[in-house]
Amino acid sequence: MTAKLMMMSNLAKASSWALLTLPGMAIAESSAKFNFQTPQTPVAHQIYDLHLIVLGIGVAIALVVFLFMFYAILRHRRSLCHQASQFSDNKALTIVWTAIPLLIVVGMAFPATRTVVAMKNTSSPDMTVKVIGYQWKWRYDYLGENVSFYSDLSTPRDQIENRAEKGENYLLEVDNPLVVPVGKKVRILVTANDVIHSWWVPAFGVKQDAIPGFVRDSWFEVDTPGIYRGQCAELCGKEHGFMPIVVEALPEEQYKTWLAEQQTKNKVVAAAASAAAEKTYTLDELKTEGEKVYGGSCLACHQANGQGVPGAFPALAHGPITTGPIAGHVDIVMNGSKKNPAMAAWKGQLSDLDLAAVITYERNAFGNTTGDIVQPKDIAAARK
Amino acid sequence: MNTPLSIADDAGRRDQPTGILRWLTSTNHKDIGTLYLFFSFTMFIVGGIMALTIRAELFQPGLQIVQPELFNELTTLHGLIMVFGAFMPALVGFANWQIPMMIGAPDMAFPRLNNFSFWLLPPAAILLVSSLFAPGGATGAGWTLYPPLSVQMGPGMDMAIFAIHILGVSSIIGSINIITTIINMRAPGMTLMKMPMFVWTWLVTAYMIILVMPVLAGAVTMLLTDRHFGTHFFNAAGGGDPVMFQHIFWFFGHPEVYILILPSFGLISEVIPTFARKPLFGYRSMVIATCAIAIISCLVWAHHMFTVGMPVAGQLFFMYVSLLVAVPTGVKVFNWTATMWKGSLSFETPMLFAVGFLFVFVMGGVTGVILAIAPVDVQMQDTYYVVAHFHYTMVASTLFALFAGTYYWLPKWTGHMYDETLGRWHFWLSMIFFNVTFFPMHFLGLAGMPRRIPDYPLQFANFNMIASIGAFGFGLTQLLFLYTVIKCIRGGEKAPAKVWDGAKGLEWTLPSPAPHHSFQTPPVVG
Repeated sequence: MTAKLMMMSNLAKASSWALLTLPGMAIAESSAKFNFQTPQTPVAHQIYDLHLIVLGIGVAIALVVFLFMFYAILRHRRSLCHQASQFSDNKALTIVWTAIPLLIVVGMAFPATRTVVAMKNTSSPDMTVKVIGYQWKWRYDYLGENVSFYSDLSTPRDQIENRAEKGENYLLEVDNPLVVPVGKKVRILVTANDVIHSWWVPAFGVKQDAIPGFVRDSWFEVDTPGIYRGQCAELCGKEHGFMPIVVEALPEEQYKTWLAEQQTKNKVVAAAASAAAEKTYTLDELKTEGEKVYGGSCLACHQANGQGVPGAFPALAHGPITTGPIAGHVDIVMNGSKKNPAMAAWKGQLSDLDLAAVITYERNAFGNTTGDIVQPKDIAAARK
Repeated sequence: MNTPLSIADDAGRRDQPTGILRWLTSTNHKDIGTLYLFFSFTMFIVGGIMALTIRAELFQPGLQIVQPELFNELTTLHGLIMVFGAFMPALVGFANWQIPMMIGAPDMAFPRLNNFSFWLLPPAAILLVSSLFAPGGATGAGWTLYPPLSVQMGPGMDMAIFAIHILGVSSIIGSINIITTIINMRAPGMTLMKMPMFVWTWLVTAYMIILVMPVLAGAVTMLLTDRHFGTHFFNAAGGGDPVMFQHIFWFFGHPEVYILILPSFGLISEVIPTFARKPLFGYRSMVIATCAIAIISCLVWAHHMFTVGMPVAGQLFFMYVSLLVAVPTGVKVFNWTATMWKGSLSFETPMLFAVGFLFVFVMGGVTGVILAIAPVDVQMQDTYYVVAHFHYTMVASTLFALFAGTYYWLPKWTGHMYDETLGRWHFWLSMIFFNVTFFPMHFLGLAGMPRRIPDYPLQFANFNMIASIGAFGFGLTQLLFLYTVIKCIRGGEKAPAKVWDGAKGLEWTLPSPAPHHSFQTPPVVG
């Protein structure tokens, strides 16, 4: 190897090492960026510690290997006229370096086993919340409390499409967070409505796949009041990156107050919905309300101009369903599409008024001019 | 025309076709090996362009370049193309070129089947890539194709299923060929325990392929029938279970990643002893470790499923066995290090890539052990930590092993030495840019960034930007590799039969370039 090549490769070696230490230099910024998020539950603490132990052992073994490797690279070189030994086996050494790693992994298994058992122990919870994954939002149902609501990404589309500056909690904010009391064992029953999702809050150390047709449970107990954010952790379609989880952990008294407020609010909303369902609305009133509903529920697939995405999401502009018989339009919005499961059934998610409004809107927007009006009463009738 | 791959070198062989017909109809293991290698590099570039599009979108938060649906399609195709279109064919290409020469055989056991194995690949690749243009685009369900999402996908999913079937058939019949060749056609005196390690690793790998590729075929066929023929294997409403797909897929999927790494291990086991001028340390334990890894790898599949809600016994079993596979893998790493120890080392390009392999593979192995710890995996599953882990073990390790093997044998194949300076540049740039791209992803995963998302919260911005810059550097560097290989094919310093002074093995008894037909009479191995 010529001197020039040697210099070049030494320089390259040095600079690659320097690059690898760049993350180290940035540690001054915040060590949280190089490790798990601060654990907020007993399980999360165990996972945090377990990881550090296993990482430490792994790095130690790697360093030992690299030590021998680099020593050989530097000293056992032909260019230094080092003569090659010709040994090719050593039974004792082989046994030692098989046995020691075996003992190490067996040793790791003990604390890990304890944590696995702890994570699966959902017995004697203080409360239970049913968590349902939808394409593309979450629904929370406080069992026995008559409180349930959808939790949808609240980051404006403008921010995502780079027309507005991104907020601090970009893609990690929702309209209705899950609210839980601090210091209580919360059991979650996780399922899904359509495809597999996964409910994940890193600070809690909880990740549970949401599998349609099955209910799997997990649990957490939050140490400290605060707002904790996570994301869906199983590819579930185009908006997989846009269905975050936000949990607000309140001291117990505040949680009880919140819960009572929700229960009252539900009664009010239910009453308003049934009152609204009795009313008869004008075309303009329905179209205005419908445009809002469309923006929140339909726009992601069918697009703001109703043109859809050819081959994937049908156009509503001059579409056979939106300009055809009203009954067919109502049916597909309420009950979903059998042909194309990506079109969800909205009857469970939207009120009579919302359904009536969005169907009316679709039949009179995007260049459609049916002049049709669908009243909440018509939807109520279709539910029967 | 007198290229190094010319068949005019052989005495009296002028009745063979030339031009396109030669490549279409060749039953020669060297020609077919060349076809596999060029095909795999082409798919590597196609898959690489997809990766760069992904990294371009992820350069900054916000959606700038592609819509989420296309992003998912690119992510899916990138995985399928790299695994089935680039890496598996590349390893088979090496098997074709090298196994007959290394065991003293004139060709593979079934030369015409060999031709068929290769020519199945281009139609399958065209089917897979053109699924991008099907209504609704290519499937966007991830290379793991989990239902019910994959059942929702458009016709691009069906095209991918058929492509996977064809690719699977190619692999299975190729493996039958490889096993028969190795078992039956070794030169007299070459017992199993005298075979080169590359041949051993391919023997074990071929059995694994025959075991698990049909399982994948079964899984995607069930997807097909759920999609179109009214079955409900993976639909709870019909009594089925989406998680069953995961079990079946990963029963294939985990051995698949060892199918990719074992022949890579074999390549490294050829290169290091040559440049250490020392025999491979612990040949016997290397063979045992290879078999142990193969067997254990069939028992760990559900470590990809630690968050589906398995009972405690399941979590524990798969955790324990996954930890176990680290032991024989560690033995191999120690053996390679011991081969280097007290050798007389020189660092030509193949050795640079082999040592680079050791460095990055140990890192990938450590993150693998960390991921095996089920509670820790619960935090890391479906995050960029996993992406980092498998790119360290697949890109850095398998790819670097392939590069090591290419530089190692290119003089034998072409009769010319490659340009050593260009080779070094390729190594150092690849090594640096690879780490710049993928090391930060460990931190992204730890900080909570999920996989397969086209846009991300702001705290992930800095490391994503770094990774994207590294990715473009890494991608462009591979064009340097292409240039170096083409330059070597076209000419260069004449290579002797024994290209490397420390090289041992039957292929080095042949002239460089190796004649179109070699070992017409078997050599006798001492």
